[in-house]
Amino acid sequence: MNAIEIKKLTKKYKDVTAVDGLELSVRQGELFALLGVNGAGKTTTIKMLSCLTAPTSGEAHLGGKSIVSQPNEVKRIIGVSPQETAVAPNLTVKENLELMCGVHGISKEKTCERVQELCEEFELQEVMTRKAGKLSGGWQRRLSIAMALTGDPEILFLDEPTLGLDVIARSELWDTVRTLKGKKTIILTTHYMEEAEALSDRIGIMRGGRLLALGTAQELKALAGKEKFEDAFVAIVKGERK
Amino acid sequence: MKMLTFSSRTAKEILRDPVNLGFGLGFPVVLILLLSAIQANVPVSLFEIEKLAPGMTIFGLSFMTLFSATLIAKDRESALLQRLYTTPLTAADFIFGYTLPILPIALAQAVVCFITALILGMEITINVLWAVLAIIPAAVFFIALGLLCGSVFNVKQVGGMCGALLTNLTAWLSGIWFDLDLVGGAFKKVAELLPFCHAVKVEQAVCAGQFGDIWPDLAWVIAYAAVAVIFSVVLFLRQMKRQ
Repeated sequence: MNAIEIKKLTKKYKDVTAVDGLELSVRQGELFALLGVNGAGKTTTIKMLSCLTAPTSGEAHLGGKSIVSQPNEVKRIIGVSPQETAVAPNLTVKENLELMCGVHGISKEKTCERVQELCEEFELQEVMTRKAGKLSGGWQRRLSIAMALTGDPEILFLDEPTLGLDVIARSELWDTVRTLKGKKTIILTTHYMEEAEALSDRIGIMRGGRLLALGTAQELKALAGKEKFEDAFVAIVKGERK
Repeated sequence: MKMLTFSSRTAKEILRDPVNLGFGLGFPVVLILLLSAIQANVPVSLFEIEKLAPGMTIFGLSFMTLFSATLIAKDRESALLQRLYTTPLTAADFIFGYTLPILPIALAQAVVCFITALILGMEITINVLWAVLAIIPAAVFFIALGLLCGSVFNVKQVGGMCGALLTNLTAWLSGIWFDLDLVGGAFKKVAELLPFCHAVKVEQAVCAGQFGDIWPDLAWVIAYAAVAVIFSVVLFLRQMKRQ
């Protein structure tokens, strides 16, 4: 069964077409990566799918709900970890998680349980009482993903989750994302080729708002006739495929 | 429930910022103490506590605009607001969640100002309690202005517009420091077109127990508050759509 069905999704800003007739299906439990250079349309696609911005035309269904006519229903089944670290800086880690539980309408009793679960899952216990604004970038990203999961969403959007992190923090975050594989449908956007290759079930490559290629990392390498995934990406984006 | 959770977060963010507490609650108190000390050493009546304290409660409200606008602008810049827009929170939850928690902070600030004034010799009457409540229309105006500025400006611009411009406008055009009649002319006319001096006159009248004198000044303040609320809601919804 498909968790996401996208049909001719288009977003135009005055003269610029940010996303141009995107057609895509993502299976339930799949980790799908969207790759592309700056301005490829990845973030705009995520913004439309998470009901932050309305499409100019086209449609998408998430869990069978329309982003155009049922945005409130869609918001109940998604979690978003935005590109920039989006945490409340003067609130502690625990209070940030409680805030997200509250805005998802989770009862007080269940909030304690959920916060405990997330702290264990993301190993946040040691920083639970620290203010989020004082944490390192790696911890903030981990908290950011945990916050996106408070409402137990069916679909999780991770917009460049490891941007600006050092190698160790990135590797730790990859481990965290791997634990979610299969349990949630995940849409990941990233600039890091190795990240997409290591984590994703399938990868979509975008340029100029259009989907240029779609498949597993192996399929894309075969399509471009390259051994390395990064070379395959460059060849596909430059239109030099086999 | 959702709105209350969000309001609680707004209150925590504001009250946990030591700069907010220092300026919001401390600065008006310091000014009352300083000006009262000047008054004690000059032979003419410049800063009588009965007139100074009500004025200072209004001046202190300009910091509520700064708190509110800074928080909203920061949330917009940090993408926290973007994250929250993908949750089931409604537009009303956001607007009330950002504004309602600031009202008790504004009332608390007025209480602190009046306690300082009482210590300095202001007469203790029931009118002081009414004066605390009488700041509500002016507080609504300043809080709505915060929602408006936070929806339109970035953090740096908010610092300039609300931290410098608005606090100075409130200070100079409210008649707290000097009688507007002394300057007269265009300065007085402009001051009377704005809500600040009317808000101060309402507070001074209530403190003096002259409840019949609050009109038409209160009408000016209520009208400005209503317009500020309408504009702030429209502009907040506009930036919400733009996200």
